[in-house]
Amino acid sequence: MAKPTYGLAEKLDKATLVNMYRQLVLLRKFEERCAQQYALQKIAGFCHLYIGQEAVAVGTEFGITPDDYVITAYRDHGQILTRGTPPGPVMAELFGKVTGVAKGKGGSMHLFDIPRNFYGGWGIVGGQIPLALGAAYSSKYREDGKVTVCYFGEAAVNQGAFHEALNMAALWKVPAIFICENNRYGMGTPIEVSSAVTQVHKRACAYDMPGVYADGKDTLAMYEAVKAAADRARAGEGPTLIEADTYRYRGHSMSDPAVYRTREEVDQERKLDPIPKMRDWILSKKAAKEAELDAIDEQIDKDVEESIRFAEESPWPPVSDLYEDIYVDPIRQHGDMK
Amino acid sequence: MRELTFRDALNEALDEELGRDPDTFLMGEEVGAYNGAYKVSKGLLDKYGPKRVVDSPISELGFCGLGVGAAMMGLKPIIEVMTWNFAILAMDQIVNTAAKMRYMAAGELSCPIVFRGPNGAARSLGAQHSQWFEAQYAYFPGIKVIVPSTPADAKGLLKSAIRDPDPVVFMESETMYAWKGMVPEGEYTIPIGKGDIKREGTDCTIVAWGKALKIALDGAELLAKDGINCEVVDPRTIRPLDEEIIVNSVRKTGACVVFEEGWPYYNVGAQISDIVQRACFDVLDSPVIRVTGADVPMPYARTLEDAARPDPTSVVAGVKNALNVRS
Ligand SMILES: Cc1ncc(C[n+]2csc(CCOP(=O)(O)OP(=O)(O)O)c2C)c(N)n1
Repeated sequence: MAKPTYGLAEKLDKATLVNMYRQLVLLRKFEERCAQQYALQKIAGFCHLYIGQEAVAVGTEFGITPDDYVITAYRDHGQILTRGTPPGPVMAELFGKVTGVAKGKGGSMHLFDIPRNFYGGWGIVGGQIPLALGAAYSSKYREDGKVTVCYFGEAAVNQGAFHEALNMAALWKVPAIFICENNRYGMGTPIEVSSAVTQVHKRACAYDMPGVYADGKDTLAMYEAVKAAADRARAGEGPTLIEADTYRYRGHSMSDPAVYRTREEVDQERKLDPIPKMRDWILSKKAAKEAELDAIDEQIDKDVEESIRFAEESPWPPVSDLYEDIYVDPIRQHGDMK
Repeated sequence: MRELTFRDALNEALDEELGRDPDTFLMGEEVGAYNGAYKVSKGLLDKYGPKRVVDSPISELGFCGLGVGAAMMGLKPIIEVMTWNFAILAMDQIVNTAAKMRYMAAGELSCPIVFRGPNGAARSLGAQHSQWFEAQYAYFPGIKVIVPSTPADAKGLLKSAIRDPDPVVFMESETMYAWKGMVPEGEYTIPIGKGDIKREGTDCTIVAWGKALKIALDGAELLAKDGINCEVVDPRTIRPLDEEIIVNSVRKTGACVVFEEGWPYYNVGAQISDIVQRACFDVLDSPVIRVTGADVPMPYARTLEDAARPDPTSVVAGVKNALNVRS
């Protein structure tokens, strides 16, 4: 296959390219260990892995700034790690421990890191899209120059929430980037079975906003698409819909053996894996040597191992936490009067 | 004190809070140029401009969600729903997102938003426009639910709701907007979670809120003619509920009727009845009586609609039942 040509990405410095690689590897290795910990029943509930889609989150992160807001759905491990949240508190949250990013109250689907501008972690398909609209609206209201990135799957675009939010986002030109991670399946349903228009970026014309197709298995292509959208948003030109063409290697969640697709299909997709692609690019640009990248791999193995140890050794939330965090000032629960 | 309509009292609350806090904005269908479907936002667009008073598309899920997202970022949106009947479309954003955000983020997030608009039935609007929703929202931990019964309460409570750091559902009533009442001059608020005795009495406690409160008071006047002196307690907020004021009243009177216009099954009265039976079992001579609307979708025809709605005579019957008095 011909090497893709980039514009903006050609200008990235070596350190940035290596950082991108480090992030990709962290996401991949973290989640491989999640699968294992799930099998050991250390992680419970629904657990949706991001393996295969890493280039989307990593490319996006480099196209925005740490001050920008990010909101996503339940497939959120990759996004929170990409924001810079250390793996320990993320793993601890998956274990349900009090040291987790939401003190064990959120779990896999509801990760938050507000100081790093990561706003979750939401469980209702499409439900986070109006929230992102509101976040971007707050930036327009305050003129704070921030951009809101909202991730969702291709199945979410059939929800009214998507339509309602994109209409208002375009109407009011809020600084939002809507990133549809088109991994082609909503649980077991292929996009052809659920959507009349399967090229999601084309839906943007209904809102008179740019609809951009991006190779979601290519970190640099994602970076370029998001950077352009962020520049647009910051210039007051309004939202962009980006369709990231991607694929998940695993089932929808850990309980899904993914029998609705063929081994050949998955193998074919794996050939386009974002991690070797990034590695090759770095080596071809002489941004790092093989040995340096190998050292990164090894370090991440250790970091992830350490996150598991941290989660394992952390305490469970005390039962006294049960009634905390419902209201800002706790109110008396019903039936307190005897 | 001066006499104001419910509508004008609410308008004053909105005006004062928009004037006080630049982080507040009002959004909803027709709230701006049209001055509000029920004219509650009259004049506010002219005064505060289109950044603070925003006309939204007919997109309940979308603009309620927008408000939740903006509140998550620390703004204080006031979202007007044209009526609560239409907010069913936004239920996900209100109960699944606003209510739970603080808990799921273990205290890292809060959602200082107010959703407000008319609740209940008006006249001959049929089944899809005549419904009571306080029980639905009060069911969810994480939300506060306020149902004021007088213009003065409405103003003070709405101001508190707007300043409250948690999501608040504020329910007015279509037929109450033109009702008048004495409203204090100047700045005041009424705390959320504190009920009010709207009529003192000794023989039986009637608990009612919102529009039903007035019907309960009318019923109490009819009963007074028969020498039965009722105390009418207005919890004012459904969640948190002032259990104490209800329980203390029932311990004084020894009898209790919970009166609401909504449907009987799984409603607010069921909760209050449970609280009273447990806290006052020793003083009650008869079970707590619940008086409600009929268990049917609201019919259009006047005759049927009247039969479906409880009125002061229903209150009278309920109290006589609670006191074991033959009518
Ligand atoms: C409103 C709603 N309906 C159904 C579900 C159950 N569900 C969870 S994920 C999912 C598929 C969503 O697929 P997509 O939006 O493409 O995202 P992906 O899982 O591929 O990341 C479904 C049906 C849900 N969580 N919310």
